[in-house]
Amino acid sequence: MKKICLSIAGIFLSLFASFAQTSPEDSAQYKSRKLTFEEANLVSSYYKQDGNNSAVTGGTGTEKLTDYSNSIDVKFTKWGKKDIKHTFDVEVGIDHYTSASSDNVNPRSISGASYSDTRIYPSVNWTAENQGKGTTIGAGLSFSTEFDYQSVGANLLFAKKTSNKNGEFTAKAQAYFDQVKYILPVELRTGGGGNPRDEEDDYSSRSRNSFSGSLSYSQVVNQRLQLLFIADLVYQKGYLGLPFHRVYLNNSTVVVENLPDTRMKIPLGFRANYFLGDKIVLRSFYRYYHDDWGLTAHTVQLETSLKVTPFFSLTPFYRYYSQTAVDYFAPIYAHKTTEQYYTSNYDLSGFNSNFYGGGFRISPPKGVFGIKRLNMLELRYGHYTRTNGLKSDIISMNLKFK
Amino acid sequence: MKKKPQRLSEMAIIMVSLLVSGTISCTTVKEYQKNKINDAEMTLSARKVEKTEMSFQTYREGASGANGGKTGGGCGCN
Repeated sequence: MKKICLSIAGIFLSLFASFAQTSPEDSAQYKSRKLTFEEANLVSSYYKQDGNNSAVTGGTGTEKLTDYSNSIDVKFTKWGKKDIKHTFDVEVGIDHYTSASSDNVNPRSISGASYSDTRIYPSVNWTAENQGKGTTIGAGLSFSTEFDYQSVGANLLFAKKTSNKNGEFTAKAQAYFDQVKYILPVELRTGGGGNPRDEEDDYSSRSRNSFSGSLSYSQVVNQRLQLLFIADLVYQKGYLGLPFHRVYLNNSTVVVENLPDTRMKIPLGFRANYFLGDKIVLRSFYRYYHDDWGLTAHTVQLETSLKVTPFFSLTPFYRYYSQTAVDYFAPIYAHKTTEQYYTSNYDLSGFNSNFYGGGFRISPPKGVFGIKRLNMLELRYGHYTRTNGLKSDIISMNLKFK
Repeated sequence: MKKKPQRLSEMAIIMVSLLVSGTISCTTVKEYQKNKINDAEMTLSARKVEKTEMSFQTYREGASGANGGKTGGGCGCN
């Protein structure tokens, strides 16, 4: 993991150094036709969780998991003909996790106390903004790979500002083409007998395709208030479960979770941000969600930024989430043998959750720690509790270079 | 587990009402008047530092989307 972190830091500093000398001086008249470094963000996080409802062991057993996550995104701009501003955003992320429950896919293997994996996910996005017309078009590609899951994604974007530049309509389409390795629990593999070399087996794969359309509209209401409305429509088709999620039926036999091969989701979101006085920013988010598996959810998040000085803010936050269970969920030994679809994954059960914490953000004019290019540092901690017992903690850091 | 049935049409009406009531009372704000609107804390999207939080919520909860991030697919999550 240290090597991965050092590699990321090395790549990041190389990129940063390569473009450090190419930024033009600020000028309202001058627009560089060359590709120019705009900003770079390094986000690092550490996440840990524990609970007692692992889907791998049929809805009971440890959910202990830790995850280290690092991502870098670097943004470049270039002015084209007809004053069109091109923005290129290149991002690479690496997650490394250890999971005690994943180790129980094959409890007789020699992998040790916990199973680990690394996920790498690069992406590139381009937008072209015609500032005269107030229109933006964009496109992007993404890729993600880990031992048992590969994904290729693409997106298209169109945005148009209102004539007074106070409102903006955005339409976005996304598609993901995923492959899931069909890794069954060891006792359900044909001829399976706990072969310690199982991880080297040539597993078959199942496809999972996701298509989504997103419409959003943002509006500046006055000098202190702005709003955003988002409506998504998501359609998924293919293998939508995970093959190593066990389900213990009411006759004590063990099977793998079986879920429908399509899912339609409708999330509707609303954001409102208000600048109160000169030192307080109130940020709010609400989401209503419903899908055709019978899951309905509500999310409310409130966050305040207290500007202690113009360059230092404190950011306490609170998030409440509530969901109903999908139609196919039941705990261990509760599913009947006659049911067509079944899962004991508690992420799809009915529960409420609370997520709260805080952070700080510093962006001094002379740079963080006196490093002029280090424009901003933000640190944030959150504690998450679910009514079915899962608890987690996360700490994240964002460094912005300009 | 008890369900709380919600009618999509009711939610749509609430959203549209909010949109209409919000926009009809809008005043035109000139670019030079947007110093507070353009503040870094006022951005109408999740901040970069929330990236991993949104990712774990997508894994640990059944709902996703409508926040500018992932709506499904792209990872072994819901």
